[in-house]
Amino acid sequence: MNKQINQKAWLLVLPVVVLVAFNAVIPLMTVVNYSVQETFGDNVFFWEGVGWFEQVLQSPRFHDALLRQMLFTGLVLVIEVPLGLIIALAMPRKGFWVSVCLVLMALPLLIPWNVVGAMWNIFALPEIGLLGKGLNNLGFDYNYTRQPVTAWFTTVLMDVWHWTSLVVLLCYAGLVSIPDDYYRAAKIDGASAWAVFRYIQLPKLKRVLTIAILLRFMDSFMIYTEVKVLTGGGPGNATTFLSIDLDKMALGQFDLGPAAAMSLIYFLIILLFSWLFYTLMMRNEAQ
Amino acid sequence: MARITIDRLRHSYMAEPKRPEDWALKEMSLEWQDGGAYALLGPSGCGKTTLLNLISGLLRPSEGRILFDDQDVSRASPEDRNIAQVFQFPVIYDTMTVYENLAFPLKNRHVPASEIDRRVREIAGMLDLGDSLMNRAAGLTADGKQKISLGRGLVRSDVNVIMFDEPLTVIDPHLKWVLRSKLKELHHRVKRTMIYVTHDQTEALTFADLVVVMNNGEVVQVGTPIELFDRPAHTFVGHFIGSPGMNVLPASLENDGVSFMGSRIEVIDPQRAGAAAGGQLEIGIRPEFISFGTTGLPVEIGKVSDAGRFRIVEARHQGQLIRVLVPEGYAVPADGAHLAFDAQHTHLYRDGWLVA
Repeated sequence: MNKQINQKAWLLVLPVVVLVAFNAVIPLMTVVNYSVQETFGDNVFFWEGVGWFEQVLQSPRFHDALLRQMLFTGLVLVIEVPLGLIIALAMPRKGFWVSVCLVLMALPLLIPWNVVGAMWNIFALPEIGLLGKGLNNLGFDYNYTRQPVTAWFTTVLMDVWHWTSLVVLLCYAGLVSIPDDYYRAAKIDGASAWAVFRYIQLPKLKRVLTIAILLRFMDSFMIYTEVKVLTGGGPGNATTFLSIDLDKMALGQFDLGPAAAMSLIYFLIILLFSWLFYTLMMRNEAQ
Repeated sequence: MARITIDRLRHSYMAEPKRPEDWALKEMSLEWQDGGAYALLGPSGCGKTTLLNLISGLLRPSEGRILFDDQDVSRASPEDRNIAQVFQFPVIYDTMTVYENLAFPLKNRHVPASEIDRRVREIAGMLDLGDSLMNRAAGLTADGKQKISLGRGLVRSDVNVIMFDEPLTVIDPHLKWVLRSKLKELHHRVKRTMIYVTHDQTEALTFADLVVVMNNGEVVQVGTPIELFDRPAHTFVGHFIGSPGMNVLPASLENDGVSFMGSRIEVIDPQRAGAAAGGQLEIGIRPEFISFGTTGLPVEIGKVSDAGRFRIVEARHQGQLIRVLVPEGYAVPADGAHLAFDAQHTHLYRDGWLVA
C-alpha cells in the first residue's frame, strides 16, 4: 500500500512538544548536567564522569533509605490493596447510600498533602492528640516522635487513611461495570459467594487492580510531603525514605552532584519497577 | 424435566401498584408441556423478559403461582428450581478453559469427577466444541461463547427447563442461522423443555412449536406459527407477525353487513357482522390473501417494491393504504384495478380482538 506522508502533521504536535520540553525534558537535562559535574557555585563546573553515581550506589546511607522505602511501599500495598478491595465489595450498589459512601471515600483524596501531614501530626501527638493521648490512656506506650516503631506505625496508618480510598473507588468502578447477567448465571450455576468472587469479580477487576497497584506503587515510592510534615524523617533516620533523603542531600547539605545522581537512580528504579509490573500483567492478558 | 404451569401470575416492579400500567406483567395463566419448544415473542418492553425472570426465579412474582409439575416453586431460588438460562450477552468464566466452564455447574453440585468428565465430553461433542475443550474460553468468538453458555445448561442432566433470553443478539447474521438450526437439532436430541424469548419473529417461528405473543405486559395469543399467521387473535399479532404485516382497515356496520369506506365487504358473513355490534370495528386481511381482479374494491396503484420472490404493491382506496403481495414478475394493472379479498382469511376485529 502506498501511504502518503505529510510532514506538516508535526506542526500540530509542536505545542505539546514545547510544553513537555519546558516542564519535563529541560529540567531533567539540568539534573543530568549536575549529576556528572562538581560545582562550588559561581557557575564553575568540573567534570566528574560517573563518580557521583558510583558514590551513591555504594553508600550505606542510600542502601538504608532504599530498604526503608521498599519496606514502606511493600507494607502500604499489602494493606491498601486488599483493604480497598474488601471495602469496595462491601459498598452498596444501589440506592441512597451509594452517594454517601462515594463522597466519604473521596474526602481523604481531596485534602492537600501537607494538610494531611499536619492533621496526623497533631492527631498523633502523645500529650494532646486524640490518637496519641488515647493510645497512652489505653496503656500503650506510644510516642511517634521518639520511637521508630510507632513512627512507622503512624506513617503507614496515615498513608492507609489517605490513599485506600483510591483503591476503593477504582475497584468500585470496576465492580459496578460487571453486567448483572454474570451474577444471574452464577446463581443458576449454583456458584458459592467465594466462586463468584474468584471466577467473576476478580478476573473482571484485574485491569483496575493493575492500575491501582501501579498508582499506589509509584505514589508511595515517591512519598514526601506527608512524611516530611509528620516526622521529618525521624526519629533519627527511622522514616527517612528516598525522597526525604534526597531532600536532605540536595537542600540540606547542598551536595548538588550526588543529589542529582541519586535523583536519576531514584527515577530509573520507579521506571523499571513500573515497566516490569505492567509488562508482566499485560503479558498474562495476551495469553 | 417438568411441565410448567403459570397460574394467575401478575408482577409489578413497584411496591404498591395501583393503576393498570403499573403492572409490568398483567394477569396470565399458561401451561407448557414437558419437552416442548416454546417462544415468547413481543416488542421490547412487553414484559417477556420479566416473565422469563419470574420462571427462572431471578424475580419473585407479586401475585400468582408458578408450578413445575405439581410443585409450587414461586418462592424458590433459581438454584432450587433447577433451571438453566442463556443470556443475551454470552456469560463465560474468563479465566477458565472451555472444559472447566462446562464442568462448573456440575462441580458446584458436587457431581463425581468421572461423571463430570463423561457429561462434559458428551455435551462438547453435541455443540462441536470438542476440539477447543482445553482452550481458554475468553479467546472464543461470540457464537462460541454463547455455545458455552448453552452447554452449561445442557450438562446438567436434571434441568427442568432451559431458557433463552434473546440469545442471538450479538451473533453475526450468517452464524445466527447456523446456531438456530443447532438449537432446533439439540431440542430434538435432548427433549428438554425450552423457552425462547425474542423480538424477532423469524427466530420465534422457526424455533418453537408453540409461540406466546405478548404486548404491553399481557398475552395476546398462544398458538402454532401457522395459527398466528392464518388467524391472528388480535390486530397486534397480525401486524407484528408477517412481513409486511396484516392490513388493518377501519370498518362499520351498514345494512346488516360490514362496510369499508362505504363499500360493502361481501366476504364477511352478515351473521358474524351482527355479533360484532358495539365497539370499534376493523377488518384484517394479510397482503398475501388479496388479489387483483376486474370487480371488487376499486383502488389506485401507488408504489410497487420488489422484494425478491414477490412484489409489494401499495394500493389506495379513497386514500386508505392497502398492501398487496403479488408473485415476482406479476404485471400490476395500471388503472381501473379492483381488489378481491379471500373469504377464509378476511377477519373482523372488535376493539382489536378477533370476532369469532
